[in-house]
Amino acid sequence: MSTSQFYLPEGLPAPAPSPDGLDKPYWEGVSVNKLIVQRCKACKTWQWGPEWVCHKCHSFDIGWEEVAQTGIIYSWERAWHPVHPALKDHGPYIVVLVELPQAGNIRMIGNLLGDPKQDIKIGSKVEAVFEHHTGSKMPYTLVHWRVTK
Amino acid sequence: MSDRSLRGKTAVVGIGETTYYKRGGAPDAEFVLAIKAILAACEDAGIDPREVDGFSSYSNDRNDPSRISAALGLKELKFACMQWGGGGGGGSGAVANAASAVASGVADVVVVFRALAQGQFARFGQGPKMSAIAGDMAYSMPYGVMSPAQMFAMRCTRHLHETGITRDTYKAVSLATYAHAQNNPRAVMYGRPLTSDAYDNARWIVEPYQLYDCCMENDGAAALVIVSADRARDLKKKPAYILGATSGSEYRNAAPAHNAPLYATSSFTSLAPRLYEMAKVGPKDVDVLQSYENFTGGVVMSIIEHGFCTHEEANSFMTVDNFMAKGGKLPLNTSGGNLAECYMHGLELITEAVRQIRGESPNQVKDAKISMVTSGPMVTPVSNSIFGSRETL
Repeated sequence: MSTSQFYLPEGLPAPAPSPDGLDKPYWEGVSVNKLIVQRCKACKTWQWGPEWVCHKCHSFDIGWEEVAQTGIIYSWERAWHPVHPALKDHGPYIVVLVELPQAGNIRMIGNLLGDPKQDIKIGSKVEAVFEHHTGSKMPYTLVHWRVTK
Repeated sequence: MSDRSLRGKTAVVGIGETTYYKRGGAPDAEFVLAIKAILAACEDAGIDPREVDGFSSYSNDRNDPSRISAALGLKELKFACMQWGGGGGGGSGAVANAASAVASGVADVVVVFRALAQGQFARFGQGPKMSAIAGDMAYSMPYGVMSPAQMFAMRCTRHLHETGITRDTYKAVSLATYAHAQNNPRAVMYGRPLTSDAYDNARWIVEPYQLYDCCMENDGAAALVIVSADRARDLKKKPAYILGATSGSEYRNAAPAHNAPLYATSSFTSLAPRLYEMAKVGPKDVDVLQSYENFTGGVVMSIIEHGFCTHEEANSFMTVDNFMAKGGKLPLNTSGGNLAECYMHGLELITEAVRQIRGESPNQVKDAKISMVTSGPMVTPVSNSIFGSRETL
């Protein structure tokens, strides 16, 4: 088992804001423990991942709104086979796809904290946990999830 | 409307393959593999390779048609077409593009090809090694969603959850495919049968996929030659007429970070009806199916979305017996496919579909007249195709 403070070992590709500025509000938000996603100002449609245009009404006037940091497990996978040198000898890890009913059922990918061999149930309630990588050359934040009682 | 259909206007008249190798095992450079497969397909068709005037491929094949034309001294190049995106989902799409070019007079002799030397170039099954990632993948890669298996596993988890289908269906796909490879000397897994116990005891790659739910990684090349139906009549091999071929995917299938509205599908729900309409056949008419296996779970979804059974019927319908060429209700992946013949990115499934029409398969389905391919489940665009013998025209 890794003794790192992070869920996955360091050395995997780190997320970087899009060079064209598209998702800047999201990355700024997570750096201060806020979950901020797209919502069309014209027709109020929630949208994730980020787009330049509303997929519903084609407005370019896309707003960003902070949302509650809770969701429901929509799907999951447990990865065993390491496909990256940083994962060699690490053991299994869990990825969850989390649905946010409070934001038009948009979905987010993250890791599920806790025992990597835990039973996982679709429909379980989860809350976001922000994992700050401040020591990186380019600091970034990952958003993980934890099952709530 | 019938005027605008591809149905019966073109045919596959030649198929060719290199030897299929384990990943890294090819003695030739990838470009040489491509050339060898193309020459073999022309030889099979009885067409002088210098008559080829178009190329169609997919998944950003690295072998440029202009360079192939120069290398082979082709008289003239009239068509050079790349299907965008979707990896192996482009296989039948490349056939559709080639057939469209021939049917519309854009070109006369079009070769569909795919060459892969994963030893010479990067492996599909490994994560990328860059230090940072921006864009859509910034929302998945840092969480360890990097390889194709990891990208598609959650679609299958959700599908099993929604439908109550069990992983026994995955096992049936894998065992039947491996069994077929045991009669095919071309297959990389020829002579290496897969037992039920070996399937069950294999390690997890990523739940819900165990080792034998996953395709291989290989080196090799395959090619097919497409000409007009008129021209096909005079050539030496029995033509496999293209009754239909479509590509695409559902509404917002590529919505980033796994936000496709129809998540628990193989992406075929909108294509399947279009294919059957074009080919003027239905699932009951299909004699044999080659269904792209990146992962067995995708095959299960593809079979259902193409109407061979319902979600409710899947657990009882999807058995090894039903998938076997001999006596099965839906003979499946009769050459061994991506799991056990060769991961030729699914083009080996199309050459096998043509063999079934010719009566040349190592696992021949008796009197096969309608032979179908589904290319690349769970990606976008996906594609599919139906080939028919002369009497189906």
